[in-house]
Amino acid sequence: MRDETLLDTLKRRGISRRGFLKFCATTASMLALPPSMAAAVAEAMGKVRRPVVIWLSFQECTGCTESLTRAHSPSVESLIFDAISLDYHHTLQAASGHAAEEAREHSMKADWGNYLLIVDGSIPIRDDGVYSTIAGISNLQMLKDAAAGAAAIVSVGTCAAYGGLPHANPNPTGAVAVTEIIKDKPIINVPGCPPIPAVITGVLAHYLTFGAIPDLDDLGRPKAFFGESIHDRCYRRPFYDQGKFAKTFDDEGARNGWCLFELGCKGPTTHNACATTKWNGGTSWPVQSGHGCLGCSEPDFWDGGSFYKALSTPISPVTGAAAAAVAIGAAAGVAIGLANRQTKAAAKAAHQKATIADLEK
Amino acid sequence: MNAMDLLLWSRGPGLGIAVGIFLFGMVLRLFEIYSLGRKRDLAPARTGGEGSGWRTMFSRSVPDRAQFKRSPVVFTTGYIFHLGFFIVLLFLLPHIELIEAVIGLSWAPPPPPIVDLVAVITLIALIVTLIYRIMDPVRRMLSTFGDYLAWGVTFLPLLTGYMAYHHLLLDYTLMLALHILSVELLLVVFPFTKLTHMVTLFISRWYNGEWFARKGVAS
Repeated sequence: MRDETLLDTLKRRGISRRGFLKFCATTASMLALPPSMAAAVAEAMGKVRRPVVIWLSFQECTGCTESLTRAHSPSVESLIFDAISLDYHHTLQAASGHAAEEAREHSMKADWGNYLLIVDGSIPIRDDGVYSTIAGISNLQMLKDAAAGAAAIVSVGTCAAYGGLPHANPNPTGAVAVTEIIKDKPIINVPGCPPIPAVITGVLAHYLTFGAIPDLDDLGRPKAFFGESIHDRCYRRPFYDQGKFAKTFDDEGARNGWCLFELGCKGPTTHNACATTKWNGGTSWPVQSGHGCLGCSEPDFWDGGSFYKALSTPISPVTGAAAAAVAIGAAAGVAIGLANRQTKAAAKAAHQKATIADLEK
Repeated sequence: MNAMDLLLWSRGPGLGIAVGIFLFGMVLRLFEIYSLGRKRDLAPARTGGEGSGWRTMFSRSVPDRAQFKRSPVVFTTGYIFHLGFFIVLLFLLPHIELIEAVIGLSWAPPPPPIVDLVAVITLIALIVTLIYRIMDPVRRMLSTFGDYLAWGVTFLPLLTGYMAYHHLLLDYTLMLALHILSVELLLVVFPFTKLTHMVTLFISRWYNGEWFARKGVAS
């Protein structure tokens, strides 16, 4: 099984070559590659030996795993997951306890330098990382050990990519992203809370096809999926341009599907593929269901103020600072005013009257 | 620090600091001005000029024909960019949302393309004023660093706002952060430059109007 190519595996699972080519063409177009590259994708992916993947779950909610495995199965995407050798994933694997950890260590040794490391969840580093451990090993240590032998790392979900919810203020566990700890390996961020299943399979397909990581933006995200904002690709965008907005979740504007900017949609500052790829097999996505974008694929989206306040409003109230400033300004103004009066009075007191006699001196 | 961090800072602590400095500075300046006081008038005037003071606050906004003929460019561009600035400030939807969040008042926004057009006209008018200031030898000689600073901090919010709206040059998140930061720079600089005229012009107009209509001797 281990030496089986991807195409062999798919054939065994009843997926035709035609179905596989369709998947490759879709993947190529999702990655914004020219149509001619579909054949290259198919060829490379068909030949690829099952790559070893070690999946580490740290401070997370398993939502990312749920998202990826729950995707309208059986699908070609889910079979791609069968087709990789997922040697360690403590939610999905059968083994548990010491057996599971042994499997991980064995797999790491066997494929040292070649395996793909997928991480979901943030890593607590405060107090030497005691806040999250697996088999008595802190997440921090496990990540360092596993990353040392990895060919590349994929940070799945906003927690692994940017710290996510555990990183939100006041961040009691000192949660950080993978990129804060590992500096010497190629890291692909696939943020989202959770990320779109097709995006993670697309990223893996790219890695398998080209043997390299895709073009990334300045936040480490593949440009093919995170290159454009939700707002730019939103089907409600024309309403924004026309100035038609829903004011509440049940007014006429909401019923007519108008823009959700005033209800706090973070689409303009959020980069993700939701508006084009959609969710649940292309059924719908948050904005289509009538709720504004939360901005889940961006760093610190939990600390960005209310989900239901417009993007242009202050995150924290300014009244305290304003009141203090007015009080201090008034006090300083009175002090300066008094000083000015004193100067004036002193000048007046020091004033000497000139008489004709003085001038004739 | 990434673009999102910058945006969050500008919408949170940055805004608090800027509003604080703005209010501190303005209150300080106004107290300072008022506390200078005026000498007690020992010979009561026959008629006071308060009415004229109030009238002048508004009548001075209408250009004097002779003055207009002497420098039509200054008057025209001046009107355009002042009005344009306030239209963009008060009638762009995200701005209305901001005003509502801070003081609770709101009004219906006009279609964004109209505000967008006003922004373009305002930007052009501001550029013309700068060129005129530099090209005209007298104006150039009279101009100080403070004048160019005031121009710059007025121009930047409009420019960055326009570029953010149209997704020009930089990513929207970063451009929006820069736009908010440029507004915060305007707020910080405001009390310590000629920009205070936004408030003090009404005081000085009232003072002049009152003085001119006054029938009496200030002793």
